[in-house]
Amino acid sequence: MTLHDSQLGRETGAAEALWLSALGLANFRNYERLSLALDRRPVVLTGPNGAGKTNLLEAVSFLSPGRGLRRARLADVARRGGDGSWAVTATLGGAGDDVAIGTGIALGPEGPEATRQLRLNRTPAESTQALLEHLRVVWLTPAMDGLFTGPASDRRRFLDRLVLAVDPRHGERVNAFERAMRGRNRLLADHTADRSWLTAIEAQMAEHGVAVAAARRECVALLAGAIAETQPDGPFPAARLALEGTLETALDGAPASGVEDRYRGALATGRGADRAAGRTLDGPHLSDLAVVHAPKAMEAASCSTGEQKALLIGIVLAHARLVARLSGRTPIVLLDEVAAHLDPERRAALFAILVGLGCQAWMTGTEPAPFTALGDAAQHFAVPEDL
Amino acid sequence: MSRAVAGPEIERLIQLLSKLPGLGPRSARRAALHLIQKKDQLLVPLTQAMEVAVDRVVVCSRCGNVDTSDPCTICSDQRRDPHMLVVVEDVADLWALERAGVLNARYHVLGGTLSPLDGVGPDDLSIDALVERVSADAVTEVILAVNATVEGQTTAHFITDRLAGLPVKVSRLAHGVPVGGELDYLDEGTLSAAIRSRTPF
Repeated sequence: MTLHDSQLGRETGAAEALWLSALGLANFRNYERLSLALDRRPVVLTGPNGAGKTNLLEAVSFLSPGRGLRRARLADVARRGGDGSWAVTATLGGAGDDVAIGTGIALGPEGPEATRQLRLNRTPAESTQALLEHLRVVWLTPAMDGLFTGPASDRRRFLDRLVLAVDPRHGERVNAFERAMRGRNRLLADHTADRSWLTAIEAQMAEHGVAVAAARRECVALLAGAIAETQPDGPFPAARLALEGTLETALDGAPASGVEDRYRGALATGRGADRAAGRTLDGPHLSDLAVVHAPKAMEAASCSTGEQKALLIGIVLAHARLVARLSGRTPIVLLDEVAAHLDPERRAALFAILVGLGCQAWMTGTEPAPFTALGDAAQHFAVPEDL
Repeated sequence: MSRAVAGPEIERLIQLLSKLPGLGPRSARRAALHLIQKKDQLLVPLTQAMEVAVDRVVVCSRCGNVDTSDPCTICSDQRRDPHMLVVVEDVADLWALERAGVLNARYHVLGGTLSPLDGVGPDDLSIDALVERVSADAVTEVILAVNATVEGQTTAHFITDRLAGLPVKVSRLAHGVPVGGELDYLDEGTLSAAIRSRTPF
């Protein structure tokens, strides 16, 4: 099967196609300097282990706020043997209106700076949050394979990234909640804080905590709708999603203001227990995303490794479709080592869906063979030879 | 390693200028060069102005503003409503509100916000002085003009609690649609704050 350009973007309807028309790296991981000219088609990177394929995906992931798909420390991203600075530059094609993005760590007078800088059209931007006004990047990496069996914190982080891609203010809310919570934990540990101060900080926790929970609920409901549009027993089985958390559950049957009042009360009465535990024992920082393999009615954690991967791909693809619909622009989708673990039928289905989404998907693999079905519908690069 | 291009006196000037907000090493270098090249028109008057500032600038013992007199010009202005007090985090916020020119009130500068993570508690801010002032000056309204950050709002909540027993109305700045803003571009949090803070037309 060969997929054609005419099929691009069938599935995202009104969303305008957005792609990276150029990518540049300087002192990034194993790349001293790289310049890549691209068109709107999916990008396939093939090459031996350690060649730097995932590093390229990681570079693209820095076109969204945060620490990239490896969640690396910013200093660790710099090329060994370099001066500690690094940069990723990109130009957005299509709906991206040729916006030029530059991000990375600059070299200050006293060595590499601590925070990531962002420049949009060569003008400094206040924060990397501004990236979300221009493009959305979603990803799936082998490190996420254990998502359903791993700790709740991984699923919560995965969920918050999903929310962030559809609701750019989510990051600020999560940060505000966590900052207030850390402040309260510090006050409780000090034993000296007066009750008014605790009450004041708990009011902030309740306000931001309920906003975080409400945004998660809304995203999960939208995502469930996007998943419901796909064939439940197709190549990527439908997932049934549920949020498990006191605030998220409370929002089912009560207005946000009531939940906020109750959470504020719960924090006030839980001070003793929280002080003894050294942490806050109730709140959206403990919520979990429960995933069920819908056709089998089986918890994702109990499914086979292959089924878990298929479920995860299904969620990421539904999310990409949702992001396209809500933002009006197709997201950049990064799929690291995704083709190798799929049988030919599922692989073909994945390629068809990606081409149908019309998004520039970046895929990696050690061998070119699994990607031959894409033919000219993708742009193929051998790493490092073609770079 | 870069070599010095000027004597230690000029390097010292550049180093000090680079500590000013908004000036990095390069812009400090440009500013220093500009000052030196415009010695009579700029550097000498600036030096004199700074010497005067060093000698005469004081912190107002009533409100925490900076001025060359104590009480400051604002606290001494008899045309201002003595019963309305605007609470701000720092002097820059006071100046911003004065630039807007919409208030004929007096101010109270807190000197920061409550922040357990930065080790700033109620005793580090002029909150006790605020409570005393509200009682002593028969203030009828306190407007909390603090930032919409976690720390700013925590501080606002704390002050509200401290003023609870006094016969004073406590209000805060409205949160919501910015002037010239379009609803379509606002996030849900801002929209819901705007709805909650709606005013009669």
